Amino acid sequence: MTAVLRQSWVMTRRELLHWVREPWAPIFGIAFSIMLLLVFGYLFGGAIELPGGGDYLPYLLPGMFALSMLFGVEATMGAITNDSKRGVTDRFRSMPISSLAVPLGRAGADLANSTLQLAVLMVGGLLVGWRVTGSAADAVLAVVLLLWLRFAVLWLGIFLGLTFRSEGALMGVQVLVWPMGFLSNLFVAPETMPDWLAFLAQWNPVSATAAACRELFGNPSGITDGVLAEHAVLVALAWPAVLTLVFAPLSARAYRNLSR
Amino acid sequence: MPVPPPISARGLRKRYGDTLALDGLDLEVAAGTVHALLGPNGAGKTTAVRTFATLTSCDEGEVLVVGEDVRRRPGAVRRAIGLVGQSSALDEVLHGRENLVMFARLHGLSKADAEARAAELLADFGLADAADRKVSTYSGGMRRRLDIAAGLIRTPRLLFLDEPTTGLDPRGRHEVWETVRRVVAAGTTVLLTTQYLDEADQLADRITVLGAGRVIAEGTSAELKSRLGGDRVTVTLGSAADLERAAAATGGSPDAETLQVTVEAGPAGGSAALLEVVRALDREGIGVDDVLLRRPTLDEVFLHLTAPTDTDHEEVGR
Repeated sequence: MTAVLRQSWVMTRRELLHWVREPWAPIFGIAFSIMLLLVFGYLFGGAIELPGGGDYLPYLLPGMFALSMLFGVEATMGAITNDSKRGVTDRFRSMPISSLAVPLGRAGADLANSTLQLAVLMVGGLLVGWRVTGSAADAVLAVVLLLWLRFAVLWLGIFLGLTFRSEGALMGVQVLVWPMGFLSNLFVAPETMPDWLAFLAQWNPVSATAAACRELFGNPSGITDGVLAEHAVLVALAWPAVLTLVFAPLSARAYRNLSR
Repeated sequence: MPVPPPISARGLRKRYGDTLALDGLDLEVAAGTVHALLGPNGAGKTTAVRTFATLTSCDEGEVLVVGEDVRRRPGAVRRAIGLVGQSSALDEVLHGRENLVMFARLHGLSKADAEARAAELLADFGLADAADRKVSTYSGGMRRRLDIAAGLIRTPRLLFLDEPTTGLDPRGRHEVWETVRRVVAAGTTVLLTTQYLDEADQLADRITVLGAGRVIAEGTSAELKSRLGGDRVTVTLGSAADLERAAAATGGSPDAETLQVTVEAGPAGGSAALLEVVRALDREGIGVDDVLLRRPTLDEVFLHLTAPTDTDHEEVGR
């Protein structure tokens, strides 16, 4: 077990070194999040009314947090694709190391990256007037729920990266995360949508996390009725668990299939 | 107890959809040698290497690598091998040294040992000066050498080199060849795949020629060449009038177009034949523009072996 952890740490450390050597990717990632925050907060935000009342900016921020967790799928999938396309994955597989070390190392690096992104977004949010009005314990739980979502997205990213192993598929995913992100409560309250769209948006896993964060941070929810009005935290715990239970075994299978 | 051979494979079969990548491949590699798998693209070279290196599981057949079954005990095999695949298995963003330290740490070396081993390999492979630069700034030859160094961290008993010089310039190829020679001199067995005949000729103790997933021929470079017959002496004449006379005097075959007579050397060898030919022509007083002694190249052997045979033609014809 200690061997697995040591090997995982070596993998994580490799990714952290990437930040030092090529800091532009994480810096642009963060700049992009800030830009989105400004676009939605100020450009579109003035025109958006929330059901149940409340200001748009404090509603938007938890949505932005959840969005940056969802976008993490690109980083994970990109790293996995890159390693398999080159011979790096093959070399790892030909070495006497645990097959768990690759995903665990990945998890360490990606969660660290996402934590940093969250921290920057939160500071940005505080600067533009977002406030945490709930208790400190609730705020911590909100952050844990966000990283829990990121953990689930990690397995999705590993599965996609191992299955497609191509730049084209990566670009496809980079495009598809947008409708995935928009079809939710991240930017707009589903209650303002046509019924069938609202249904899909409410059941989008990222909606549960965003709703739970709004509740825990004490921000406007934009929700007057439905499951997320009552049980957002529970659903935000359940969805990532379901995703992990589906995609972790699928990732393991995709990894074994590399030897076909 | 006798040491098991580095590779012993029997009846390897592997199918990808409709194509048979390996079609009953047998291979025996002796310890301490460089063994080349030679063949065109699609001959099954890479599939064979991936099977031996535990990366791909074969459909049929038995493979023992360093005496261990690759399917039942892949862990034991992995502890004894190093793999240098076709595409470079390096982290381009990290420095050369950082790459080696990372792989050494994954092999279970302590931090200090990993640093020491990395420094040693960098010096051995002539990369000490470039050690603290990003791999993305390396030349093709440097990258390959670092890649090979990464496969040697634990001084494996068996090193796989899958087309190690594909895409390199002549200088890079020579750098890699020198590296391979040093690796073998240090006691590691090397299984090398290549499409370059001169590479197999230069490096390999034994050559297995693959075609369509099967062994077409196997032997030393000299043995394979001798399959095409021995050396030959080619005489280029000054005048067409002498052609028939020269052919009769030397026992060679004339070619009216090139004004050449080609004489197959007998068992006495090429140089003896050369002297015979020159003496015979001298006796007859025939003037000569050029005399050439040459052995068949591996290229010729290769083309000869992989060319469709007459029986194949017949089967196609039916």
